Amino acid sequence: MAQSRSVDESFLALPLSALADAALTRAVDLGCEHADLRVERIRTQTVRLRDARLEALSDGEDLGLAVRVVHEGTWGFAAGVVLTAAEAVRLAEEAVAVAQVSAAMNTDRVELAPEPVYADGEWVSAYEVDPFAVPDAEKTGLLIELSEQLLAADGVEHVTTNVMQVKEHKFYADTAGTRTRQQRVRLHPEFTAMTVDRATGTFESMRTLAPPVGRGWEYLTGTGWDWRGELAELPELLREKTKAPSVEPGRYDVVVDPSNLWLTIHESIGHATELDRALGYEAAYAGTSFATVDKLGTLQYGSGLMNVTGDRTAEHGLSTVGWDDEGVAGQQWDLIRDGVLVGYQVDRNMARLRGLERSNGCAFADSAGHVPVQRMANVSLQPAPGGPSTEEIIAGVDRGIYVVGDNSWSIDMQRYNFQFTAQRFYRIEGGQLAGQLRDVAYQATTTDFWGSMAAVGGPQTYVLGGAFNCGKAQPGQVAPVSHGCPSALFENTTILNTKQEGGR
Amino acid sequence: MSQSTPQQLVESALAASTADGQITYVTESSEANLRWASNSLTTNGAMRSRQVVVISFVDGGAGMATGTVARTGTPDIAALVAMSEQAARDAGPAEDAMPLLSDAPAGSGDWDAEAAETSINVFADFAPALGEAFGAARSRDELLFGFAEHQLATTYLGTSTGLRLRHDQPTGKVELNGKSADFSRSVWAGVGTRDFTDVSITDLAAEVQQKLAWSQRRIELPAGRYETLLPPSTVSDLMIVAYWAMEARDADEGRSVYAKPGGGNRIGDRLAQLPLTLRSDPDAPGLETAPFQVVGGSSGSASVFDNGMPTPAVDWISGGVLTNLVRPRAWALTTTAPATAGVDNLILEDPTATASPAEMIARTERGLLLTTLWYIREVDPQTLLVTGLTRDGVFLVENGEVTGAVNNFRFNESPVDLLGRTTEASRTERTLPREWNDWFTRAAMPMLRVPDFNMSSVSPAS
Repeated sequence: MAQSRSVDESFLALPLSALADAALTRAVDLGCEHADLRVERIRTQTVRLRDARLEALSDGEDLGLAVRVVHEGTWGFAAGVVLTAAEAVRLAEEAVAVAQVSAAMNTDRVELAPEPVYADGEWVSAYEVDPFAVPDAEKTGLLIELSEQLLAADGVEHVTTNVMQVKEHKFYADTAGTRTRQQRVRLHPEFTAMTVDRATGTFESMRTLAPPVGRGWEYLTGTGWDWRGELAELPELLREKTKAPSVEPGRYDVVVDPSNLWLTIHESIGHATELDRALGYEAAYAGTSFATVDKLGTLQYGSGLMNVTGDRTAEHGLSTVGWDDEGVAGQQWDLIRDGVLVGYQVDRNMARLRGLERSNGCAFADSAGHVPVQRMANVSLQPAPGGPSTEEIIAGVDRGIYVVGDNSWSIDMQRYNFQFTAQRFYRIEGGQLAGQLRDVAYQATTTDFWGSMAAVGGPQTYVLGGAFNCGKAQPGQVAPVSHGCPSALFENTTILNTKQEGGR
Repeated sequence: MSQSTPQQLVESALAASTADGQITYVTESSEANLRWASNSLTTNGAMRSRQVVVISFVDGGAGMATGTVARTGTPDIAALVAMSEQAARDAGPAEDAMPLLSDAPAGSGDWDAEAAETSINVFADFAPALGEAFGAARSRDELLFGFAEHQLATTYLGTSTGLRLRHDQPTGKVELNGKSADFSRSVWAGVGTRDFTDVSITDLAAEVQQKLAWSQRRIELPAGRYETLLPPSTVSDLMIVAYWAMEARDADEGRSVYAKPGGGNRIGDRLAQLPLTLRSDPDAPGLETAPFQVVGGSSGSASVFDNGMPTPAVDWISGGVLTNLVRPRAWALTTTAPATAGVDNLILEDPTATASPAEMIARTERGLLLTTLWYIREVDPQTLLVTGLTRDGVFLVENGEVTGAVNNFRFNESPVDLLGRTTEASRTERTLPREWNDWFTRAAMPMLRVPDFNMSSVSPAS
């Protein structure tokens, strides 16, 4: 990826080196085996329109610093917002005090797997137009224009528009000598059209499929997505949905589009291959994983067509970085190969616990105010080289359902039982799409579902989807993450009728 | 933590205003937390932050426009004010424009006092007690997991119309999850607290130990509709979903479970057969919360123009009948209904209830007793159908006694429908939501009996 940019001067002008020197020196003086300092500045702007009128434009910036130490084998963490050397020293002392209070509860000695030192690292994500350099009036002007066109369409009674923009700056320094500077940008635009039938008291909505991406404002003006094309099609798709028949529950062969499958991958593979979950660190909150370490190398996760990688390197990926929050460089590795579990996502302490040579770089905090924990890489299902198009997969299905766009999602605390809905469900009859269906959800157990994967689309069907709001850890943290996948066929999948589920 | 006090920051922002109005608030926050897994510490932290939020109001001729800018730490106030005024000038007239408020609500705090602060020392007694509980669990070959958190947030809100309001919000919680060494049995206990003086790790550990003992006998049951006892924590997670959907505008526009076929909203409709009351009250004992609104960005349920608006006690459902929805002042003007603000606590009660949860269990012939719910997500906004999982303890009750632990289930249910099908409620008690406690901890709920709760499929998770 071309390094056409460098980190903004306004961030480098902060007293980064002085803060690092002050905090790390104090931590070493207090006897810490390891200490690291992060300074993060996160710019956010959310523009929200209701029926093509600006409802809220909220512009925020979170700037702070954090010191994390390992003191006598116990973690300690302290964070603040005053960027002075005196505060950095105080945070180092407070982090040690936190470690001392916590020592009474600690029985696992913290040690970190080794990582090369990066004494002067810099990385900037791939984007063209910094969204924070575009005037607000220009941004809202475009969104109002697009929303008005959608609102003017027959049958569209309401339009909700939401664009989240984020720009992150991060400085990291540790006692081993690594010092890195990073900058990344991401964007998540969404348009939702709604129709209301007042006589019957019913309503129905449909949202754009465009994924959130690690791109700049150019994403809304023609690079990476055809917004005008998608918005032009939405009213007719919504009209068809409102007139569609309710689904007959039962078992169907299901063709899942990448716009829906990314979320199923996120929930049933991404989280299940997080080693902290498998080890029980998240047991009281996000949950554990059925994919426990005793099954590594033997668990048949899915059919032999299933190959899943984790990476921190995909261009425009939402969890793509230069280095993680422990100074570990971005990598790509296998999680599932030919259907078998072969890897996990780890941080440095867990890598050492498992006897791995090195962490694969999955330690992240969502801001300076939070401690790094294991967070998800871009976890992606690989397409089949020379594999079929989506149309060719559908053509091979006699009686089935084609699933497009993510909507509702839920999965249990061990990542077995899940249920998803979608923006659109289509009936497949004799290899042809035969109109939309309503009130549909698919429900399955992870290994049954992936075991039933009978066809995987080729690279021409591959799309990088994702989310800004993956939640984990206590205190709660959110992280952005991308998932690439092709279209795929899952045989004999349970389909529910959600109206019947509701007792109607 | 810096030269300027939060009060001075508010005053300097208001003084720098060149716009037609301004609201500035500063929130000083501190937090301490401990997290543990498998009888040992995993993470911890002590954090402090300050957020400065400036909202400017500019009359562009066609109506009042607003812009909000928020920064942490010690921002340049003049630059912040200028940015928010530019944002307001760039925005079109706001649909929710109203004159800013100037009457101080009752119960706002001492403007001049310093911000309250917490630190890791709040756990000085708690951490050793927890260490002892780890030892006891280890001796039984059991594992403890969980999280304890204490937060203090002090908000100073000033307006160009003369309001100077202050509120201190303590928020705390403990969650304790116990498992057998092989992870096959898993149970939970949790409490909300304001200051940790009322938290007994011994009591929580005893509750966990009892439920692990109940789980010794394992019973496999299929999906289906079951008579189900929903304990207070599960009821809170479901009622919070019902509460968050109570936006008047959505209902009036026909796009919510509270919309009436034929037009209008369902205020006046009976939702529950029992005389249930769902209410919020900023003065509810143990659940105290801000008596006025603080809003950074407008939405259908809150307006930046309403900053400082009183949030008095309100019944959302009264005697089983829907009585109020959340309605900013501007939307209230388009209707005949009163402006009503959301409040950060929630209480469900049946004034005729006399039984304790234990007594409801004792009078159950055969039913499921849940512990908590998890991963609750909306499936159909029309009916507010949600899906989710049972978690950390589904028990079979037979002839008034717990006879074993049942597998977990995925459910599909609407909290509004459930209110209509509830046949019994216990006395109300303080509880901690499981699913939503990152955002919502102040709740008091009864146990509910539902004769036909829809367990849609079996979850093999433990």
